[in-house]
Amino acid sequence: MARRPLPQPPVRLVGGRLGLWWQLFFRFGPPRWTLYMRHNWAGKRLVIAVPYVWLLLFFLIPFIIVFKISFSEVRLAMPPYAPLWEWVSERAVDVRLNFGNYLFLLTDDLYVSAYLYSLKVAAISTLFCLLIAYPMAYGIARSSPATRNLYLMLIILPFWTSFLLRVYAWIGLLQNNGVINKVLMAIGIIDEPITMMQTDFAVFIGIVYSYLPFMILPLYSNLEKHDFTLLEAAADLGASPIKSFLRITLPLSVPGIVAGSLLVFIPAVGEYVIPSLLGSTDQLMIGRVLSDEFFANRDWPVASAVAIAMLLLLMVPIMIFQRYQARELAGAK
Amino acid sequence: MSTSLRLLMLGATAALLVSCGGKPAGEAAPAADATGAAALDTDAEKVVNVYNWSDYVDPTVIPDFEKETGIKVNYDVFDSNEVLETKLLSGNTGYDVVVPSASFLERQIKAGVFMTLDKSKIPNLANADPVITERVALHDPGNEHSVNYMWGTSGVGYNVDKVKAAMPDAPVDSWRMFYDPAVVSKFKDCGVTLLDAPSEVVGTVLIYLGRDANSEKPEDLKAAEDVLMKIRPYVRYVNSSKYIEDLANGEICLALGWSGDVLQSRDRAEEAGKGITISYHIPKEGAIAFFDNFAIPKDAKHVKNAYLFIDYMMRPDVAAKNTNYVNFASNNAAALPMIDDEVKNDESIYPTPEVMAKIVPDLAESPEFTRQLTRSWTRFKTGR
Repeated sequence: MARRPLPQPPVRLVGGRLGLWWQLFFRFGPPRWTLYMRHNWAGKRLVIAVPYVWLLLFFLIPFIIVFKISFSEVRLAMPPYAPLWEWVSERAVDVRLNFGNYLFLLTDDLYVSAYLYSLKVAAISTLFCLLIAYPMAYGIARSSPATRNLYLMLIILPFWTSFLLRVYAWIGLLQNNGVINKVLMAIGIIDEPITMMQTDFAVFIGIVYSYLPFMILPLYSNLEKHDFTLLEAAADLGASPIKSFLRITLPLSVPGIVAGSLLVFIPAVGEYVIPSLLGSTDQLMIGRVLSDEFFANRDWPVASAVAIAMLLLLMVPIMIFQRYQARELAGAK
Repeated sequence: MSTSLRLLMLGATAALLVSCGGKPAGEAAPAADATGAAALDTDAEKVVNVYNWSDYVDPTVIPDFEKETGIKVNYDVFDSNEVLETKLLSGNTGYDVVVPSASFLERQIKAGVFMTLDKSKIPNLANADPVITERVALHDPGNEHSVNYMWGTSGVGYNVDKVKAAMPDAPVDSWRMFYDPAVVSKFKDCGVTLLDAPSEVVGTVLIYLGRDANSEKPEDLKAAEDVLMKIRPYVRYVNSSKYIEDLANGEICLALGWSGDVLQSRDRAEEAGKGITISYHIPKEGAIAFFDNFAIPKDAKHVKNAYLFIDYMMRPDVAAKNTNYVNFASNNAAALPMIDDEVKNDESIYPTPEVMAKIVPDLAESPEFTRQLTRSWTRFKTGR
């Protein structure tokens, strides 16, 4: 059947807005966006868009800026690096990429040893966090729901104080004239103050203290889901508590351990504040190298190269974490 | 509690005071106009944003300036030249007056950060000490971009009793206190600290070695590094502000520090009344002087107010008040009669001409040398 053209509705100039909608409605049916609404697609997209925009604004764009500076060269100007491209004429653009900054990181053992040292500090701190957090998380998971909330509250409570203030508080505790030394000397355990500030010990205390909640919370959320009747069954079958812990609880809690460890390890590698406040000057962590490049050498390009290299270094554990999470999600289905 | 935190809190309190003081100052402005200050050439917006060193002004000076001019001062503080420089090089700091030290000023002028000053807007510049002005001109040719605020030296700050107990015949007026391992090792247990200012500290090592403090020769840097490496085991930490507090409360006993800061530490120790006596000496081998200078960034939005602020700080009575409070020598010659005797007769603040002759400036390094210096400094700090 030949299609008969629809009669042209009269175009009205006055009050045309509503009229136009009606025209469109008659012609094409309801507009597509109302369909989306009906299936809530628009809502979904909006919800997804928010984190995307967030990441774009506060991660991708700054990352691109840093990445760009890392290929530049230093010069004495505002800002203190050369632009990557210059228009030599109206049509031609002169692009100068300088890979020297990345090569420079390899020529000097400073950067490699700082990376390795940062990894070491982060690994040891993570281990201590795990050793302390596991029993705590287990205890909370096994306690009654009412006290459980209280315990969780107590873990989160320190976050209400500024991170910086909490680290400063440790200075007051650890220094030679500090609380710990004074108490020990008053009791008579020691005669001379023990130097704790500006040592590795102080840095580990600072990091473990600051990041402990990041280990406890994922461990708790894992342990809380465990079916504790499994332990009863194991006990009935004659397994000792240690054996049933090693054979049942520990393997089941591996996802929690991995999540907690990464949450502690990743920020600890780049930690700057704690080592500079509590640590001694001979602890060369990558965060400090970065700040030296930036502030003392005024070499923004090399500082950017260090930052990019550090990011790549951290990508590996993050990707392991992602894969682990994906596997766990698949397992849950 | 550490100094920098206290400074931070002081800064916050100062900011609060300033913001509370804004209103009365605004009300006082017409009164000032009525008394003949109508000629004040201010910007339309009566605000000036100042970025100065921490603990570097008498607390009454800023409110007085606000009362007199009706200009609200937003007063921020920093404790390292590097932080200031990074902000300046990024541009758009929002500050109208900043106070870099001369060696940094020199480089920042080359980077085109500051405007050329119109000296007719700073009539009190006539009060400036020609000797100091000439010294700053080494960094800022013709003094076109800056006005010196205060100056001082880096030297030996120490806890008199503890040093005496550790070494009765300690050479407290010599760089041997830090750079002779036989001497500095005696103070390891009571705590030794150095400034985290590579070019200044390396400069003082070169003075100790009898070489040119501003040398950029690789062999001189190597020689200085060797000295520093040998004393590394005896140094507790390297920091430019923590030692003020730690010296005052006995946490450390020997600090390579800036003159005024050590003397502030002395005053704090006296106030605390715990029987700790702090003293400061300019070493007899010579020392490095630093000069902190007012300058106006090119992108400043309240330039007229900035001139008024600088001019106010150069008024003899104001300069005297500041020097009496912070214990750094003023560039203001006309202020000298109003400075307390105990400050102006203190040779560690106002050195004698003989000592002055041995005091050298810390000139800006070339970018290549900066990298070698920082690398060498990192090796020293990390002890490897």
